[in-house]
Amino acid sequence: MKVILKNIEKEGYSPAISSYIGEGGYAALRQALKIGPEKILSEIKKSRLVGRGGAGFPTGLKWEFARKSREFPRYVVCNADEGEPGTFKDRLILARDPYLLIEAMVICGFTIGAEKGFIYIRGEYFEVYEILQKAIREAEEYHFLGRNILGSDFSFEIDLYRGAGAYVCGEETALLDSLEGKKGQSRVKPPFPTFVGFNNKPTVLNNVETFANIPAIILKGGEWFSRIGSELSPGTKLYCLSGDVNTPGVYELPTGISLRELIEKYGNGVQGKLKAVLPGGVSSGLLLPSDLDVAMDYPSVQEAGSILGSGAVIIINDTHCMVDLAKRCAEFFDYESCGKCTPCREGTKRAREILTNITRGLGEVSDLSLLKELQEVMFDTSRCGLGQSALNAVRSSLEKFPGEFREHILEKKCRLGICPMK
Amino acid sequence: MSELVNLTIDGYQLQVPKETTIFEAAKKVNINIPHLCYHESLSIYGACRVCVVEIEGRPRLEPSCATLVEEGMKVKTNTARVRRARRMIVELLLANHPEDCFTCDRNQICELRKLAYDLGIRELRFEKGRRYHYEMDISSASIVRDPNKCIQCSRCIRVCSEIQSVGAIEFVNRGGRTQVLTFFNKGLNNVECTNCGQCILVCPTGALREKTVVEAVWEAIASPEKFVVVQTAPAVRSAIGEEFNLPAGSLVTGKMAAALRRLGVDKVFDTQFGADLTIMEEAHELVERIRNRGTLPMITSCSPGWIKYIEHFFPNCLEHLSTCKSPQQMFGAIAKTYYAQKLNIDPRNLVVVSIMPCTAKKFEAKRPEMCSVFHYWREKLGLREEDRFFDVDFVLTTREAARMIKEVGIDFVNLPNEDFDTPLGVSTGAAVIFGATGGVMEAALRTAYEVVTGKTLEKIEFEQVRGMEGIKEAEVSLNGLSLKVAVAHGLSNAKVLLEQVEKKESPYHFIEVMACPGGCLGGGGQPIPTNSEIRKKRADSLYREDEGKPIRKSHKNPAIIALYEEFLDKPLSEKSHRLLHTIYTKRDRY
Ligand SMILES: Cc1cc2nc3c(=O)[nH]c(=O)nc-3n(C[C@H](O)[C@H](O)[C@H](O)COP(=O)(O)O)c2cc1C
Ligand code: SF4
Ligand code: SF4
Ligand code: SF4
Repeated sequence: MKVILKNIEKEGYSPAISSYIGEGGYAALRQALKIGPEKILSEIKKSRLVGRGGAGFPTGLKWEFARKSREFPRYVVCNADEGEPGTFKDRLILARDPYLLIEAMVICGFTIGAEKGFIYIRGEYFEVYEILQKAIREAEEYHFLGRNILGSDFSFEIDLYRGAGAYVCGEETALLDSLEGKKGQSRVKPPFPTFVGFNNKPTVLNNVETFANIPAIILKGGEWFSRIGSELSPGTKLYCLSGDVNTPGVYELPTGISLRELIEKYGNGVQGKLKAVLPGGVSSGLLLPSDLDVAMDYPSVQEAGSILGSGAVIIINDTHCMVDLAKRCAEFFDYESCGKCTPCREGTKRAREILTNITRGLGEVSDLSLLKELQEVMFDTSRCGLGQSALNAVRSSLEKFPGEFREHILEKKCRLGICPMK
Repeated sequence: MSELVNLTIDGYQLQVPKETTIFEAAKKVNINIPHLCYHESLSIYGACRVCVVEIEGRPRLEPSCATLVEEGMKVKTNTARVRRARRMIVELLLANHPEDCFTCDRNQICELRKLAYDLGIRELRFEKGRRYHYEMDISSASIVRDPNKCIQCSRCIRVCSEIQSVGAIEFVNRGGRTQVLTFFNKGLNNVECTNCGQCILVCPTGALREKTVVEAVWEAIASPEKFVVVQTAPAVRSAIGEEFNLPAGSLVTGKMAAALRRLGVDKVFDTQFGADLTIMEEAHELVERIRNRGTLPMITSCSPGWIKYIEHFFPNCLEHLSTCKSPQQMFGAIAKTYYAQKLNIDPRNLVVVSIMPCTAKKFEAKRPEMCSVFHYWREKLGLREEDRFFDVDFVLTTREAARMIKEVGIDFVNLPNEDFDTPLGVSTGAAVIFGATGGVMEAALRTAYEVVTGKTLEKIEFEQVRGMEGIKEAEVSLNGLSLKVAVAHGLSNAKVLLEQVEKKESPYHFIEVMACPGGCLGGGGQPIPTNSEIRKKRADSLYREDEGKPIRKSHKNPAIIALYEEFLDKPLSEKSHRLLHTIYTKRDRY
């Protein structure tokens, strides 16, 4: 079942507007213009689509809030910052089927009453920027974008904006600040962007993959979509399989597929012996081999004690030291913290320091309880998702591999010989 | 009346308007939630996370300063979870903070140190150590920034942009490398900073302070060939008592004079003498501009923070500024000419020390044009360019003066009241109120009225220009002319009036501007804390002092009358122009 990659996975499909139209592209837009905003909203709500950017918020509700607000102008923003390590799914859509995204954004604009959209592209995605530029130009030539779209009185334009390499700018409010030309740092929430977004106006902000589901929902109906995959959180999901797996890559599969099936059937098995899995990238908690039967949808992964996030499934085999892994995660967040709030700015710094000390044989037993407390306080008090989840992986490696930590601290030994221990 | 909301805080039920934050609501039940980045006069920043509280039904703690109350909300401010979080957050700040409280300027009043104590932090579990060490910004004549002590609360940034409309500083870089910096790290002296020092007042730590000259002043006092005179600005007497734990707004004029004398200076004079002189020149300048159709509105020029602001932001409006120097500079010019001559002292040996509520005065005293005395004596004494000296030698803030008094153990609180020395210590009630917003306007009106009408002004209080309203207006009838005046304090208010001037839409004849909120009594050199309540108390005490003065109009000051008779001739005379008036400089934004 392919909803998102149906074109991309077709033999000979190339990112050109003629190919897209050839595959039925922009039929959804015509349909949308015909059925009108209220019907579009009800289909999306019926689909029970939730955001694919990490937070899992119901998309239909988000659009409805923006549509019902009283302020104008309104904006549509696509989050194409894709900065989470281990995530490389949005890039596939952006580079190989950009018209799908454009079509979805136009439909969104039409639904919420916006005439302007932005795509915020990860700074490192150079080629994507050029591809999108071309795609927008073509869409305008075909009147799928621009003034009086397909002869209607609806007009919509899309601007491209390139990030400058900050992971935190993937967080929606930091992204909006960055888009406004400010330093990318999170805003106080509430108010949420649907009410007070770009230039303080109502803004729908969705992930690339979230948008990519919209045309199919319009064409085939919310009802149809809601029957795909897991009952709890339907649809397909792009899973980014990476790490110690035989065939890494992006796999579109119905939600609710088991982690085991994902690894074995699609990843063709683990390279070496499985030790742990990060199901939602470095901001998620570790799952163990005993968790392999978890269904890969948002609620089920959460129940298993982790998060699905953007779907960055990182496979870790037994050649990796979990102390070293925890340290690397902490390094990433220390580097990427925006520095605005105290717990994250100072906490990531200290977590990295403590873990580095442990890998150098300088750890103390009290470090473990301090790290736990730090994780709890950072979760409790950090201003945005970055700080709140920064020590998730650290905390779970501490809890699930206590022996390795004890060995590093008490015996000053890294059994895999990875940590320098001096 | 806005909608009311019911909630409980720590079990206490209360009802507050809908737009109230939990932080404000908690005050109603006598809980001051610990905080760092929150500040009463600034926008909500919500980043220190010290003020977090527990709200029933929410997965995480929430910052009380940035969370609005909701119907039925149950808030807890004192649970183990909250207290643990607050402690750890402050502990994290301390881990990154230099351990030099002993020698820190803020030792006694640091909010971070106090918070750590109040929260019961008695052990530091994180490794001590900063990863980054930054250079101090010592480029400014007024302000020193030590980024190593910065806890990134953004109060300085917010006061500078929100209250002062300057925006000289901003955060740059990310994460642990975040720093408050000037444009391209050029240093405060090389950007549009006005030296107002409001950032110092709001900083919770020792990261911002005045550039101190205490040692140089001690040296001058100790030097046998130097004749040291001090002048104290009006606002100092309403505030310096706070440094000795007296209640805010205690009027300590006599004790202050006594304390300064005990430091060993030769004469204790009063900037209020300079203020009366300023009024003589400025009131006449106004009358002349009106009579001769000169540039109007005329705008006051006593506040050096304001002067630097207009030079940077409205360089095309400089001809609206009164050419009068500030009272501090007029005092310096007269001390080293008239007074030096009277006592037959070599002006090079006469040292003028100012005690000011202001950090911008330090910059003002070092402006290249503030060397009128040197030019005055140049030929008479055969001075060369390298002998150049300033009209005012050293400027101390109120805080620095208090530190000197403390250093030598003077029992300030129990000192007897002493008088200023004559003649440069003689002043009127009009000069006292220079320290409060609207005071210069009121003093100028008292004199201008009598100069123009030749009649005695019976009701000398101009209530319309008093008080803490950001912009105040009044209309005064002068021999048939209806004189329109306005008063602004805080540079964002000044900006509003200046935009009218720039567009040639200003309805006023005369405008008073003070850079600091409340006027000089809220200056960047005043005791910390300075807040809205304290500013009001200081203002009240200045108006009380005015009421008690036997003479309350500048032109009736006998020492000023004598000065004109013996030396200056008349207001706006040729000599006045040489010594008491000045020029301004167009400046860029950065
Ligand atoms: C630190 C951080 C980084 C994030 N990075 C991304 C990102 O790169 N792409 C993305 O779509 N969402 C990212 N998010 C989630 C967004 O804040 C937001 O929830 C999402 O873009 C909303 O779109 P959706 O409802 O379609 O998922 C990030 C969140 C956090 C806290
Ligand atoms: S949690 Fe981290 S990234 Fe988010 S606001 Fe705080 S410092 Fe910035
Ligand atoms: S002294 Fe005034 S103008 Fe300069 S940085 Fe501080 S607040 Fe801004
Ligand atoms: S310098 Fe002071 S006021 Fe400014 S951010 Fe740092 S600690 Fe806060």
